[in-house]
Amino acid sequence: MAESNDKQTKRLAVRLATAALAMFGFGFALVPLYDVFCDITGLNGKNFKQGAAEISTVDRSRTVKVQFVTANPADMPWDFKPNERSIRVFPGEDKQTAFYAKNPTSNWMVAQAVPSVTPSEAAPYLHKVNCFCFDRQPLDAGADTEMPLVFVVDPELPSHISTITLSYALYDLTESQTVTQTNINKDKGRASL
Amino acid sequence: MATVDVDLPHVKDEDPHHHGPAKGIGRWLYTTNHKDIGSMYLIFSLSMFMIGGIMALIIRAELFQPGLQLVEPNFFNQMTTMHGLIMVFGAVMPAFVGLANWMIPMQIGAPDMALPRMNNWSFWILPFAFLILLSSLFMPGGAPNFGWTFYAPLSTTYAPESVTFFIFGVHIMGASSIMGAINIIATILNMRAPGMTLMKMPLFVWTWLITAFLLIAVMPVLAGVVTMMLMDIHFGTSFFNAAGGGDPVLFQHVFWFFGHPEVYIMILPAFGIISEIIPTFARKRLFGYSSMVYAVASIALLSFVVWAHHMFTVGMPLVGEVFFMFATMLIAVPTGVKVFNWVATMFRGSMTFETPMLFALAFVVLFTLGGFSGLMLAIAPADFQYHDTYFVVAHFHYVLVPGAIFSIMAATYYWLPKWTGHQLNETMGKLHFWLSFVGVNITFFPMHFVGLAGMPRRIPDYALQFADFNSMASVGAFIFGFSQLVFIYNVIQNVRAGEKASAQVWEGAQGLEWTIPSPAPYHTFSTPPKVD
Repeated sequence: MAESNDKQTKRLAVRLATAALAMFGFGFALVPLYDVFCDITGLNGKNFKQGAAEISTVDRSRTVKVQFVTANPADMPWDFKPNERSIRVFPGEDKQTAFYAKNPTSNWMVAQAVPSVTPSEAAPYLHKVNCFCFDRQPLDAGADTEMPLVFVVDPELPSHISTITLSYALYDLTESQTVTQTNINKDKGRASL
Repeated sequence: MATVDVDLPHVKDEDPHHHGPAKGIGRWLYTTNHKDIGSMYLIFSLSMFMIGGIMALIIRAELFQPGLQLVEPNFFNQMTTMHGLIMVFGAVMPAFVGLANWMIPMQIGAPDMALPRMNNWSFWILPFAFLILLSSLFMPGGAPNFGWTFYAPLSTTYAPESVTFFIFGVHIMGASSIMGAINIIATILNMRAPGMTLMKMPLFVWTWLITAFLLIAVMPVLAGVVTMMLMDIHFGTSFFNAAGGGDPVLFQHVFWFFGHPEVYIMILPAFGIISEIIPTFARKRLFGYSSMVYAVASIALLSFVVWAHHMFTVGMPLVGEVFFMFATMLIAVPTGVKVFNWVATMFRGSMTFETPMLFALAFVVLFTLGGFSGLMLAIAPADFQYHDTYFVVAHFHYVLVPGAIFSIMAATYYWLPKWTGHQLNETMGKLHFWLSFVGVNITFFPMHFVGLAGMPRRIPDYALQFADFNSMASVGAFIFGFSQLVFIYNVIQNVRAGEKASAQVWEGAQGLEWTIPSPAPYHTFSTPPKVD
């Protein structure tokens, strides 16, 4: 074979190897892309609004049932449950409820709840004015607490949705938190709001 | 296909540079010869096929009756996992690479692969990858037991310790596949004989060119996903760990982004093989050559936008379900074109039914059947019923066993006389075919029924009403498994002795590989042939 052909082959091989490397990178790029995609489309029921809602009108022509569900991963020993299983609200009306948490272990622990909304279509219409899930929750051994939640359902909520389920999974963050325990103590006041 | 007109000065080449093979083990360790490497790939693949097959027989023996008889559930899970991994990465893929090594240079008139030393390397790391994977069977905690799809967090948080060895094994086999793919693309694009334009290439070459691009696109994504697992397990990241802000569903998306093109990596070269064999034994040109090429290319492109049909039940929104359902069904169109073309090739041909043709015909019928059950699974609302049942097992075994594996056997019987210089023993070949054909159908056909009735996959025990079909499937599996001994006998017997084969071997065969004598000399096409 001619020399030029050898050179060509080498160049092609290098290009293909670069393409393979780029695809390796692409595999990792899928991680943020996935988050962005879910954010835009609201596919995983996590793009709800946080903070004060600019909703002034209350729609008294219908009510929406909001259900509360809690879940603990296998290695999470806390008792964690909603004070009320479900509430009927008028869209646009501020509602307050609370969740109960108890640390039955003999160790100081930190946890955080991660929320999810079903159906995911309803997620953008559920405004959380204040939620315990915004912050980490430390609890001493044997201690318990009530964790507040203030929310509004947007009156724009599509009319075919009559029930919204708000689910919380409570994760143990003690291990990642021991190192920065001082920081936690600092914002303890805010967390147990 | 081009009509071929070549003279063969290179056959009796006395140039001392063109020596024969070296002696002893060194021949195999240091070889850069595409035929040697092709043979090693094929032998390696055959031994993996046997190991994976033994695991399948352990699975089927346990499932012969309801209840737990032979193995513990955890060992059963290790068997299903290892069977899948070994058959996919150890048997089917290396077999196609082996066939590519042997045949592509001979079919395009090249003296060897473009990057012969890399070729040696990409083969020789493969046995080590599988040594690492198989050694995990003897480790405390046992081998990987989370299924060949290794969904996180089952494969991260709840995995046995040996998962790290599995990850490194996958890294190594991925590297091997990528290097093999680079080599094949470089060979096809740069080493074709003068006059061998792209649209004159045999379809086996075409399908492999497209497959190689798929490999380069998705094997690195597989390497990426196992690397994320490695980091989650050992370095405290949380790609797939919800407690740390990760998402287990992300794993499924990344895995199937690799996984679906991977499915076509295992079937496109088979399409190529069948497109070589049917014209030979129908003694007609392949019907619709260019439509075949475009069909393969469009199947490859579509394979990137259908991955989520493996995960209809994760809780996707309706729009997603509908998109992936229709995109998946769209693939039936180019596949239908291919099946139509094969049938049209046979139409009014003067067909004979030698062993390779029998395997090719069985491929067309049974692969189409597997394709149809795939279409059923693609119907999103129905998939909620079929998901993770034996119906899925029946579906993918129909496309992989009488699909990919039959095509590999067809290819072996078709080109074996060219490799060894001996004519096939047709009687033994046909015996192997009929035992395999009957065995495969007895094994996998009943799985459709138990699947539709709701028997879940990957379980060592099952409800009593599934007992009859399961014992049937087990009997079939043992027939199929043991009939592969006939295959091994046939190959060994053909290597050792047999009636001398002519260069042409098959009366209707077309293409450059049939212009060189049988057995193919150690070096072929040192002077490129001219293709008109």
